[in-house]
Amino acid sequence: MTVCLQEPPFDVGLEISRMTAERKDVGAVASFIGIAREDNPDEGAEPVIAMTLEHYPGMTENQLLEIELEARKRWQLIDCLIIHRYGRFIPGDPIVLVVTLSSHRKAAFEACEFLMDYLKTQAPFWKREETETGERWVAARQTDNDAASRWATKT
Amino acid sequence: MKILYFAWVRQKIGYAEEINTPPLNVKTAEQLIDWLIGLSEGHAEAFANRSTIRIAIDQQFAEPNDSIVKAVEVAFFPPVTGG
Repeated sequence: MTVCLQEPPFDVGLEISRMTAERKDVGAVASFIGIAREDNPDEGAEPVIAMTLEHYPGMTENQLLEIELEARKRWQLIDCLIIHRYGRFIPGDPIVLVVTLSSHRKAAFEACEFLMDYLKTQAPFWKREETETGERWVAARQTDNDAASRWATKT
Repeated sequence: MKILYFAWVRQKIGYAEEINTPPLNVKTAEQLIDWLIGLSEGHAEAFANRSTIRIAIDQQFAEPNDSIVKAVEVAFFPPVTGG
């Protein structure tokens, strides 16, 4: 069970190999990779040249650990990993990786989605985008809040 | 008390943190904002629309009515946009 907050890129294959090495109880691995995008129609028509992710050192790690703990309470997970990067990114750069391991696929799929939905609303990160005309802070999206709140009634 | 600002709240105020001792009648996060907006134009601008401000007390998400009396660190920031 690992939470990493880091600037450098991650190697998805290596991370998954590490998690599954020498194990015979894993039947399912689900992963999600979030990537910096060039277009953000919510904020404007100009393409995004780069994006900077700022975070709240200390609180970010604690929130990620709490989110991970909550996922482990709700699903039978063999292992899980959250890597979230911070710093400056260009479109195409991977930003976040979530990997979940379980015996059967349902737990791995659901926990992976839950972790991402919760992370988007509970982890103190902020995105600032650079375009040709200037910089802008990305506004929070209601659809992200809705995605997180649908887990509230599920156990 | 350490007061931290992030994202555009930080940009509007002009710095990321300050050590400050609010008066004893400042007991909640909301009252702390009331007091902070008197400190500078930047503070007033940052807190102009309070519905867009999120609060953390000692690194836990908090509500405007929550007590800051025993807080070591209070942070103000916009809704989060990670992932």
